[in-house]
Amino acid sequence: MSTEVKEIKKSESLFSKKNRRLLSDPLNDSNPITVQVLGICSALAITVQVQQAVIMSAAVLFVMIGGNVIVSLLRNLIPDRIRIIVQLVIIAALVIIVNEVLKAFLPDISEKLSVFVGLIITNCIIMGRLEAFALGNKPGPSFLDAIGNGLGYAWILLAVAFVREIFGSGAFSFPGIGQLKFIPDSWFIANGGFYENNNLMILPPMALVVVGIIIWVQRSRNTKLIEEN
Amino acid sequence: MAVNKNSNGYTFLFSILMVVIVGTALAYTSLSLKPLQKANEADKKMVNILGAIGVTASRDNAKEEFSKYVTERISVTFDGKEVNKTSGEIDANDKTDPFNINVKKDYRGIIGKIIKSTKREPELQEEELMKADVTYPLYVCVKNDSTFYVAPVVGTGLWGPIWGYVALMDDAETFYGATFDHKTETPGLGAEIREEFFTEKFAGKTLNNDADVVFEVKKSGSVTDEHSVDGITGGTITSKGVGEMLNRTLPVYVKYLEQTSNQKAQL
Repeated sequence: MSTEVKEIKKSESLFSKKNRRLLSDPLNDSNPITVQVLGICSALAITVQVQQAVIMSAAVLFVMIGGNVIVSLLRNLIPDRIRIIVQLVIIAALVIIVNEVLKAFLPDISEKLSVFVGLIITNCIIMGRLEAFALGNKPGPSFLDAIGNGLGYAWILLAVAFVREIFGSGAFSFPGIGQLKFIPDSWFIANGGFYENNNLMILPPMALVVVGIIIWVQRSRNTKLIEEN
Repeated sequence: MAVNKNSNGYTFLFSILMVVIVGTALAYTSLSLKPLQKANEADKKMVNILGAIGVTASRDNAKEEFSKYVTERISVTFDGKEVNKTSGEIDANDKTDPFNINVKKDYRGIIGKIIKSTKREPELQEEELMKADVTYPLYVCVKNDSTFYVAPVVGTGLWGPIWGYVALMDDAETFYGATFDHKTETPGLGAEIREEFFTEKFAGKTLNNDADVVFEVKKSGSVTDEHSVDGITGGTITSKGVGEMLNRTLPVYVKYLEQTSNQKAQL
């Protein structure tokens, strides 16, 4: 997990090897959901439809980037004793802005996400990155770290939502594409076939199972993640 | 000048500045997006009203469909007296337009408090509601040449507010349709009030206008008659809330409709 890169140059470019790891690590080796098991709450709640997952990921990504960069810019100004409060205020302000914008421009989606947008405030990934990374690093790397972790969160969310929507609803709806049917209509019991949508997939427990399967697959392929006893 | 970051003065200064900046930014966003959000809410309201008479509209065509089906907007007092009656274009800034009555806000601010303070005294509750400065909006809709009255209802479920729109036929006692929604009811239990299997039970049922309890949402599994529907299993308190809001609000409109039909009969 830890990147053991030697300090070589003093002024390194934004896309040095070390910085690139900031982007790629959270996608796999230190994925916020599957490895650090943070932000599980929203991963369970918001993955019934891919569309919701996309918007949620975008919202988290925005808050994460904004929060990381702002905290990183202020890192030398923030008084130590109230740093958690300051981080909270910054995150909360960004979340409120996201919520207001969604309400104004995407009212239907804002309704579906309902409380979960507000709950981004308590998304542990964001607080974790602010506290662990942005407070001690320059804005450039913090920006990359935010993107990396945001995408790490996003791809798990999308993968889970994809599985759940296909097996739960049989079709796959996405704005712009319309409905993509994966299961032919004639297969359904209602039309004389043998297939029925699995309602369990829509319920939160299945999200946990799907996340579990992803973790299982990931650990069996990525030997770095296997703990030694 | 070196500043001691850990001094109390610095901490206070930092927090004050932070609050001012964040506050301004949020106030600005909120104010500048308000008109758009209000328009969205109005569209949603129209979709819901149309939903009660079985017309499916979307946000995009809500305005056209609304003006097509809804002919009059009326506001009435608790004892069924007409306050205002308009039709045509909706002006979002016209406070007297019944469409702009915020029933949820009235419930939160006035009606809900009265209900809480007079829980065990139904007579006192009625008296207080009579005194309260609240008007009730009613939408007159015409669909396939028959008239329907759509009334908004607001109440409390288990965790938070529930609300809905009920369409009555022009005999002022038969349900034509209903839609319900909620903010935070339990998914799979109370939250089911918004689903079709529950709302479709209302169609064709009648209000018992002579009785104290005009309509009942019974405990799930009970025997129902024409004045009651079956509640939701596991959603008892939410179901009760639905019953309560119907019983409290619908008589207001029934009184109004009976008065107008009497007037017509006299003419």
